[in-house]
Amino acid sequence: MAETTITRDEVAHVAGLAKLAFNDVELDQFTTQLGDILNIFDTLSEVETSDVEPTYSVTENVNHLREDVANNWNQKQDLLNNAPLEAADLIKVPAILNGEGE
Amino acid sequence: MTINYFEHDLTSLHEQLVNKEVSAIDLTRATLDNISKTDDQLKAFISTNADDALAQAQKIDEKADFSNVVTGIPLALKDNMATKGIQTTGASHILEGFKPIYNATVVEKLQNAGAISVGKANMDEFAMGGSTETSYYKQTTNAWDHSKVPGGSSGGSAAAVAGGQVPFALGSDTGGSIRQPAAFNGIVGLKPTYGRVSRWGLFAMASSLDQIGPFTRTVKDNAVVLNAISGFDQKDSTSSQREVPDFTAKLSGDVKGLKIAVPKEYFGDGIDAKVAARVKAAIAQLEALGATVDEVSLPHTKYGVAAYYIIMSSEASSNLQRYDGVRYGFRANDVKNLEDLYVKTRSEGFGDEVKRRIMLGTFSLSAGAYDAFFKKAAKIRTLLIEDFNKVFENYDLIVGPTAPTPAYGLGEEIDDPTAMYLADVLTIPVNLAGLPGLSVNAGFVDGLPVGLQIIGKPFDEQTVYQAGYAYEQASRLFEQRPTIAKEY
Repeated sequence: MAETTITRDEVAHVAGLAKLAFNDVELDQFTTQLGDILNIFDTLSEVETSDVEPTYSVTENVNHLREDVANNWNQKQDLLNNAPLEAADLIKVPAILNGEGE
Repeated sequence: MTINYFEHDLTSLHEQLVNKEVSAIDLTRATLDNISKTDDQLKAFISTNADDALAQAQKIDEKADFSNVVTGIPLALKDNMATKGIQTTGASHILEGFKPIYNATVVEKLQNAGAISVGKANMDEFAMGGSTETSYYKQTTNAWDHSKVPGGSSGGSAAAVAGGQVPFALGSDTGGSIRQPAAFNGIVGLKPTYGRVSRWGLFAMASSLDQIGPFTRTVKDNAVVLNAISGFDQKDSTSSQREVPDFTAKLSGDVKGLKIAVPKEYFGDGIDAKVAARVKAAIAQLEALGATVDEVSLPHTKYGVAAYYIIMSSEASSNLQRYDGVRYGFRANDVKNLEDLYVKTRSEGFGDEVKRRIMLGTFSLSAGAYDAFFKKAAKIRTLLIEDFNKVFENYDLIVGPTAPTPAYGLGEEIDDPTAMYLADVLTIPVNLAGLPGLSVNAGFVDGLPVGLQIIGKPFDEQTVYQAGYAYEQASRLFEQRPTIAKEY
């Protein structure tokens, strides 16, 4: 059974994909912990599954269809009240690219 | 007035409301008093909403229509269910101050029935954990011993009911998060069949596994609450269109002729010997009541934890992408650009357990790992379901322990994530297969409650409750009270 290992660099790469940043201490800690957990995951390779179909959901339903009717919930202000920063009735965020000032 | 919920079940509270011996506002005030009396010990609530609850109670008293059994009765909601205008945090820093603009379907259903939510119960952050210790806000304690964990992730809901603050509460269960805290606190908790209860407005952790269900002190109360929250919802594409039966219909106390299977794997390595003995004694009692009991095998049980942690973390990593600091909740300061805002907000806003699961899920779904992990786990899920199907060809129910141990000490396990994950071995398969699972108190080990888990066929909660009720009525264990009961 091939044991899955995960390196510190791979953990840093996955963190980037997940939009998370770790300092050096955290990176070491997560590399060890994720390695331990992946060892548990590796036990699955003991099971022969070439003829088994995967199950992604146990719902009996395919889809519930409804008429596509436009509906104004009139909740714009409520939504904006939850935004950390708003301006001119819009949610305000920092510049998308470096160097573009406000 | 004061109210001691150890002396009244929902049926008796309902009768008192109908007969005007008590009003909704009396009950609501008394419940809020209960919380202020004991929450310094239990720490079960992230927030309470007294003004809103009292206003609702007043309207109910004015309307004076107590035809629904839950009308006028207070409850607690796990803080991952959206409540309109009332802070809902998922016990995460990243949602601090967030006030949803709509109610979850279960909240809407209970509100329409006249039940009164008095507060939002503590939980593991985004329901990730088994001890309520990953909450950003506080550490809930076990109702029987405040030096022990309440279990999790719905630890606040369980402690609030077991500690007598409220007569019932809702929790959510993705891998055991209702059943295990119910077991640790000696009360009744049900994870319904997947699709029985709408997930709309429940903060998604793993969408193919999550279900909402009730915590109560008795089985009948549990069935009464399930009646109130079940049913098809256009807003949840996985909610079932099946008719909702009366879940109290089979509560006769009789289990004669019921065929019960006991998987040998549920008493394997890692199960505390005293817990196993208690649960075997409970099963013997069901047999004495007239059920037939046989040992069976669920051979893929030992792969459940690995399959679950891959599937759950994959779904969670996708679901939690929405928390980016843009539209609601916490936003990090001093950011250079939008990318920086996402990364800083998520890194400062999520706790370690949430980050661990996002990392596992992102890894399991990544290009090189998808087939070996995510797809492999989905195939193992099929095998686990087939194990259950085979047993259910010949049996009505499967029973065993809810958790491998009783509640452990605060801080004892939290630094060992692999040990925490492995402790979910007995509850996880039920979620992967979408089955209903109940935990009822099976007695005590060294003063701490132990749960008997009763697993049924899909949409057969009635038979699950039938066995739970028969055992409860025969054992009378629900009459045992923790010390905190003396406070009321």
